[in-house]
Amino acid sequence: METLDFRFDSKPVPRVADPALCGVVGSGNLEILVKPGIEPEACRVRIKTSARGFGATWQAVLGSFAASHAAGGTVIAINDMGATPAVVTLRLAQALAEYQGGNP
Amino acid sequence: MNASLPRDWDTLRQSRGRRLERAVSLGFGKEIPVDRIIDLLEAVIQPGDRVCLEGNNQKQADFLSESLADCSPERINHLSMVQSVLALPSHVDLFERGLANRLDFSFSGPQGARLAKLVQEQRIEIGAIHTYLELFGRYFMDLTPNVALIAAQAADAEGNLYLGPNTEDTPAIVEATAFKGGIVIAQVNERLDKLPRVDVPADWVDFTVQAPRPNYIEPLFTRDPAQITEVQVLMAMMAIKGIYAEYGVTRLNHGIGFDTAAIELLLPTYAADLGLKGKICTHWALNPHPTLIPAIESGFVESVHCFGSEVGMDAYISARSDVFFTGADGSMRSNRAFSQTAGLYACDMFIGSTLQMDMAGNSSTATLGRITGFGGAPNMGSDPHGRRHASPAWLKAGREAYGANAIRGRKLVVQMVETFREHMAPVFVEELDAWKLQKSMGAELPPIMIYGDDVSHIVTEEGIANLLLCRSPEEREQAIRGVAGFTPVGMARDKAMVENLRDRGIIRRPEDLGIDPRLATRDLLAARSVKDLVRWSGGLYAPPSRFRNW
Repeated sequence: METLDFRFDSKPVPRVADPALCGVVGSGNLEILVKPGIEPEACRVRIKTSARGFGATWQAVLGSFAASHAAGGTVIAINDMGATPAVVTLRLAQALAEYQGGNP
Repeated sequence: MNASLPRDWDTLRQSRGRRLERAVSLGFGKEIPVDRIIDLLEAVIQPGDRVCLEGNNQKQADFLSESLADCSPERINHLSMVQSVLALPSHVDLFERGLANRLDFSFSGPQGARLAKLVQEQRIEIGAIHTYLELFGRYFMDLTPNVALIAAQAADAEGNLYLGPNTEDTPAIVEATAFKGGIVIAQVNERLDKLPRVDVPADWVDFTVQAPRPNYIEPLFTRDPAQITEVQVLMAMMAIKGIYAEYGVTRLNHGIGFDTAAIELLLPTYAADLGLKGKICTHWALNPHPTLIPAIESGFVESVHCFGSEVGMDAYISARSDVFFTGADGSMRSNRAFSQTAGLYACDMFIGSTLQMDMAGNSSTATLGRITGFGGAPNMGSDPHGRRHASPAWLKAGREAYGANAIRGRKLVVQMVETFREHMAPVFVEELDAWKLQKSMGAELPPIMIYGDDVSHIVTEEGIANLLLCRSPEEREQAIRGVAGFTPVGMARDKAMVENLRDRGIIRRPEDLGIDPRLATRDLLAARSVKDLVRWSGGLYAPPSRFRNW
């Protein structure tokens, strides 16, 4: 297991519903929990992953997500079992939409 | 005037006669007792012979293969094997036991690692790795077999053969062998007084043997919908909306895999919602994929010609004779040579997957330590310059590639890949493993499956790259990097150039296509399990036990 922590600048999330949980912890998949944070213009992420040594890839995937979505004011917890960047990107979009009440 | 040199003009016939005489002298008639097959093989096969052992993609002459491997290497050696697929352990045993030392083939799938080891130990000499159609062509040129060992469903007393739904390569092999002084030996599953139909006439067949068990057939084309991922659904949505619909692709071939299975299962749902029924995917060169059943049942599909059959699909195919090619007896007729010809010349699109792709778009399924070959992909995944007939999809692609005044069209050759494979192995790479493999094989060429200049589109989770619209090698490279996601080569993209390509529609993201990735869920699949496929088929599809989990 490896634990990774990141902080990205991101535009404030426009509206907030309840904490959102998306995905499952299974081989090649991951679980994402989105909760309110205290910094409105930042997105903090903590990852627990079974695959060691992919810090740079996580940084790139999450950085791209934070830049292309308004995800400021959130804290995101990820439990990963070797999901590919494609799966991570899709799950993040789904989880953020859920956090905003389910609508795009 | 030169006096003509005296020579015999019928040495092949004489050789054939001597082989048959040896068999007669051992008491053999046309029907060989199963326990004497090795005696027959040792009588009719000579050292140095070129032998075609029927190993198809699906049907395997497994009994004859095992029997040949059990022959004495003192009697039979230096064989040159020609066969399309090296699938069984006994295929490789021939080389390990010293019976054969040269191989020309197309695909080696599960035996790829053992094959690589034999090459490195210099115990096997590989002539070339071919596409199927190319190898069949050479059967009629410089690789004509002296002996063909084939598999049939049934023989009658005269030796006529019935091939059943898995005809596959048999007609090409038998025709080349029987008409050039060769010997044809068939293993059959059963002997019948009256065959359902005659696929090979008795006078092309020298010997038949009833195998102790039915020939093995590999269920190569069955994909369990339960394993299709949301990312594959997303890529399928992009392919349907961004390529199938835009070009109006009606005649096509799908490669094997979950990516294309996802497309097949989105036809009755997503594609139907887009109003595409009757406008795309009407005519296919395709094995009978179980995942095509919902599209057939929904009326999407008019016709399917098959390379071979698929385990469990026989009853369904027989009951859908408007769609599949079937004999008067009701059972399917497949034919790999004709279906590959259709895939080459009569299809507007090939879409498949690969393990690696470089920055020129070359793709390969060869990885270090495995010589796997390519099967039919290089044939169907290539733009045939001999094609002359037009179709809307072919013309549109041609005009994109060559301009409005193009004098020819262009086949759509689409590669569909998730940017990372399992264990985070990047699909997009600076250099293919094929180059290292070339060195270790001592081959003339790297085993590239599909050449980059034949590829028209690349679909990944990040978007679609249209290589037809690229006007320089630099643009092609950046178009590929621009859909290569978070792989190292994807992250090394020139961002400004990629944005420029996006503005020009050369790269299109899901949102550019009006697709919300969050809607890419498994709920869109017309079938989400093998059981769903059985239900769609009205109970006619009988999946093999390994795919039954209910």
